Amino acid sequence: MNKEPMKVTGSEAVILSLLEEGVEIIFGYPGGAIMPIYDALYDYDKKITHILTRHEQGAAHAAEGYAKITGKAGVCFATSGPGATNLITGIADAMIDSIPMVCITGQVASPLLGTDAFQESDVLGISMPVTKWNYQITTPEEIPDAIAQAFFIAQSGRPGPVLLDITKDAQFGELEFSYKKCKKIRSYVPETPVDPFKVKAAAELIDNAKKPMLLFGQGVIISKAEEELKAFIEKTGIPAAWTLLGLSALPTEHPLNVGMLGMHGNYGPNVKTNEADLIIAVGMRFDDRVTGKVSAYARDAKIVHLDIDHAEINKIIKADVAVLGDAKKSLKMLTDNCKKNEHKKWLSEFNKAYDTEFEKVIDKDLHPTKEGLTMGEVISKVSEATNHEAILVTDVGQHQMVAARYFKFKHSRSLVTSGGLGTMGYGLPASMGAQLAAPDRTVVAVIGDGGFQMTIQELGTIAQNKLPVKIVLLNNNFLGMVRQWQQLFFEKRYSFTELINPDFLMITKGFGINGQKVTSRENLDAAVKEMMDHDGPYLLEVVVEKEDNVFPMVPSGASVSHILLEP
Amino acid sequence: MKQEFNITVFSENHIGLLARITIVFTRRKINIESLTVSESAISGVYKFTIVIKTTEDQVKKVVSQIEKIVDVLKAFYHTNQELIYQEIALYKVPTDALYDSDQIENIVRNSGARILEITREFTVIEKTGHKEETQALFEQLNQFKVMQFIRSGRVALTRDPIERLSEFLKERDAFLNSMD
Repeated sequence: MNKEPMKVTGSEAVILSLLEEGVEIIFGYPGGAIMPIYDALYDYDKKITHILTRHEQGAAHAAEGYAKITGKAGVCFATSGPGATNLITGIADAMIDSIPMVCITGQVASPLLGTDAFQESDVLGISMPVTKWNYQITTPEEIPDAIAQAFFIAQSGRPGPVLLDITKDAQFGELEFSYKKCKKIRSYVPETPVDPFKVKAAAELIDNAKKPMLLFGQGVIISKAEEELKAFIEKTGIPAAWTLLGLSALPTEHPLNVGMLGMHGNYGPNVKTNEADLIIAVGMRFDDRVTGKVSAYARDAKIVHLDIDHAEINKIIKADVAVLGDAKKSLKMLTDNCKKNEHKKWLSEFNKAYDTEFEKVIDKDLHPTKEGLTMGEVISKVSEATNHEAILVTDVGQHQMVAARYFKFKHSRSLVTSGGLGTMGYGLPASMGAQLAAPDRTVVAVIGDGGFQMTIQELGTIAQNKLPVKIVLLNNNFLGMVRQWQQLFFEKRYSFTELINPDFLMITKGFGINGQKVTSRENLDAAVKEMMDHDGPYLLEVVVEKEDNVFPMVPSGASVSHILLEP
Repeated sequence: MKQEFNITVFSENHIGLLARITIVFTRRKINIESLTVSESAISGVYKFTIVIKTTEDQVKKVVSQIEKIVDVLKAFYHTNQELIYQEIALYKVPTDALYDSDQIENIVRNSGARILEITREFTVIEKTGHKEETQALFEQLNQFKVMQFIRSGRVALTRDPIERLSEFLKERDAFLNSMD
């Protein structure tokens, strides 16, 4: 899109460039070195929304939440020094979870670089290990092209966060502005065309497999390949299990959806991994939380690995056939090349495994007979109350695993959670981004009492912007997951995991947010209903059993075959 | 089994890229034995030659990760046997020692080294070769008390008749043009 050049300041060029990229929302926090950009933003408040968070980390997680729901890059602004360093946790989170994000940080004026100027920090250096790409802009003329490249890199191939550090003199300086979107970079090929020979080789393995199993990850969601995935498994009759980040790509009730993989995943998918004769991995990276002990993983299976990132092939698990490329295209080609098939007996084994798990774990979680409330029953109730159509946002810990296990999904792009980095404090700010990305959908943020207090200040952002997030606080007065490990692997030595908590209702009330606290089962239904009916943000605090554990569990370092159903 | 591998990286010339590449090693606690960076035969394309000691499995993964860096064009790895490579070493010895006997002269002759500069106080000798060779010369010269010694990083060529990069760049340009 080439328009007549016009003379503008670097700051205005930043805003104009963002508009060219279709940016609607910026999450940020102003400060000295980014003030010219904020000043330029002041004139564009009708065209672009800025959400002032209460901490830059909140801005980064909100941008992640926004990106997860929309598939577009989330955008954050922060000032130099502490502003920029506060973004880092969110950037690292986006990096490991492949979330497109464009961060723009102010920097001291270029003559001051390297002089330890006020609020100067080496943001380029600090962010390098956790960004897909970063760049420092020191002259106004560089701004449009750098922003165009930033969006191209963040959103193409395997997405990720990029950071642009703009010195204050580049913001103040002037340039002839014209914008051209970036479509290619010589040194960067985000996606290679799918090799039809690899597809044929994969199809042959698939057609001949007796006990095939498909594992899908977030790649399916990123490439918008949900329909292609469904078509593939329905044609071949192959049971499909998901990684945490793959959740919601396939409806929970789909007959071939056999559940979650990994440490707190379902019993069937874990043990069957070691009985399968073929694993088809789609857009997933064999994280250690999925594989357990690698040397004892999928021992009898050939591996077909579909991924867009060549560096993921053979990184953890050696692939017999690797199909590089976009999952939407490769799955479609694979479906065309495979014979129609079914695996009824094999699938029934997953159902049998589910029955075992139901009896030993699920029934107790969802229909407890003990007095204390379980996380499972709360999550199940909330999911039901939303007709399983909500966006689920979680924090990190026990509640996250329970939510992944028991929340049900009908639509893709309905889960926002911190997978790879396991960032406590992610949930509340991410829910803001999710809600802004989908203003018409119900957003439920399930958060533990530990993580809630890590970014609790974002209640201010939620209140100021009237974001109707439904916060379900599962309070066990413990850092539950750490406590669970202490109980199981550290002889119950509860070293610094017990929390003496504040009155959460009073705190949210202070922010102008309504809520209620539930301590017994008979009040749960009504409270959930009241939360759902409430117009605006709401805190439902549920006091749950203090020392409940999440099961099943593959102990750290154990084989997936040795998944425990009880302690 | 750990052995020496030569990683060759071709990249655009961007500030910070060296750090981005070394992070790949740092993160995996791999020590860089030697590193050379300079402009390649293709203008604007820079060539890194990095020597590390590791396993083949690890070097494959490292090269994959390096190739993933946005500003990197291509990365390869080779064993020492697959390459022709040299390092250069400079030795500064007291000039007096040269006059005292013809020993230094013989060492220089026999080792294929050459004298770069002679001043009243010192003489600078240059030798190219593999590390064992430049190290052996150091041991020999050190009996005359080497005043200063420096060895460069490695430069290396593949045994292929052509630079694989030019072929690669042609393919890459064709691929990018096909996207238009």
